[in-house]
Amino acid sequence: MTAIVDYGVGNLFSLKSSLGFVGADAEVTGDERKIRAADKIILPGVGAFGDAAKKLRERGLDAVVCDAARRGKPLLGICLGMQLLLDKSLEFGEHEGLCLVPGTVRPLSEVLPDTYKIPQIGWNALRLTRPDCPIFKYVNDGECVYFVHSYHAVDCAGSLAATVEYGIDVTAAVWRDNVFGCQFHPEKSGEVGLNILRAFCEL
Amino acid sequence: MITKRIIPCLDVRDGRVVKGVNFAALADVSSPVELGRYYSENGADELVFYDITASAEDRALFTDILTQVASTIFIPLTVGGGINSVADFERVLSCGADKVSVNSGALRRPELISEAAKKYGSQCVVLSVDIKRVDGELHVYARGGREDTGMEAIDWLRRGVDLGAGEVVVNSIDTDGVKGGFDIELLRAVCEEVKVPVVASGGAGSADHFVELFRDVPEVDAGLAASIFHFGEVSIAELKKALDENGIIVRR
Repeated sequence: MTAIVDYGVGNLFSLKSSLGFVGADAEVTGDERKIRAADKIILPGVGAFGDAAKKLRERGLDAVVCDAARRGKPLLGICLGMQLLLDKSLEFGEHEGLCLVPGTVRPLSEVLPDTYKIPQIGWNALRLTRPDCPIFKYVNDGECVYFVHSYHAVDCAGSLAATVEYGIDVTAAVWRDNVFGCQFHPEKSGEVGLNILRAFCEL
Repeated sequence: MITKRIIPCLDVRDGRVVKGVNFAALADVSSPVELGRYYSENGADELVFYDITASAEDRALFTDILTQVASTIFIPLTVGGGINSVADFERVLSCGADKVSVNSGALRRPELISEAAKKYGSQCVVLSVDIKRVDGELHVYARGGREDTGMEAIDWLRRGVDLGAGEVVVNSIDTDGVKGGFDIELLRAVCEEVKVPVVASGGAGSADHFVELFRDVPEVDAGLAASIFHFGEVSIAELKKALDENGIIVRR
């Protein structure tokens, strides 16, 4: 079973539907035992980093997710869920992340040229810096995925797996061992997104 | 590079897509699920479902349909029509909508925008505005374009963005239904002032009109249309090919 971690952040309807569509046995749950028992974990998220990190900790799910990841269980963070995997975020103050993947979350507004709108909303073409990343098994360089975000991951070092061009090279995906993160929404990225979820579920 | 988005808009009443639809490939051309899937598989970047029902019963039917669409189509879905409260946002978001478009509801009570943006984030709140020229001024119209509010359109858009709208749909009543092209002059004026994504609506009659739109107003992020897609006058694949040939970046 793939556990979609429910910690009171965001709308999980499409994520659950899309996993069902690729044939995965997925369950939306905030139950610690179920998450521990799952084969794979997906950490979703929308909204503000500080608020989401707090909600995850209040439910004690930060430790559950980190334990599972350290034991080698496949973990996929999506959008804010990807950002939570990193060391810290500078969104409205400084907040500590789960420290599973190196990197810091910073505002796009610091670096983007004036002509680029914030948030980045829309479809952008992936440049696979690590085409060998297992979640890209069925994805080709240049295929488009759907983004909605105002903050981005920097200093991911060797864990950067894909970027998109939006005035600068924006981190689109990260990968470290069994831990994966997508800044975009695979559940809203049509066939390409479904292929990413399919590859993750096959791990 | 981020791509320009092409967005078909589907009006739904009594659980069916209204406005004539003419697709030989579809058995049931007025099924929102079938038509949604058709567009999704043929290159639409996003879908807008507009609820034009009036009664509470029909509204429940609309959310059933939306749930079915969202369970089978994995591209962004925007829902509009009859959104007057945060409870209305909740109702459609829980059925799988990604963005919610407000129009008359926000004109009556502008705080609706800030309340929803605070709860769901700006990326979720789309401000849709119907605009018509009146004595040389740009006026906001309410109630589906039937009532002149007297408000200046650019001021209202600016205020909506300040309140937290993360995207705006600019519908020109002057060009809507004429099929003579988008309202370039209006869109230029909006893009000068509004720094969130802008969706152009009203006037598309051919692929060339989209080429002209993105070439003449490069700040516009997306083009929305209904009848030219529904009647099969232009397929999204043909449209994207034309855009690509003119150097406009699209998702193929």
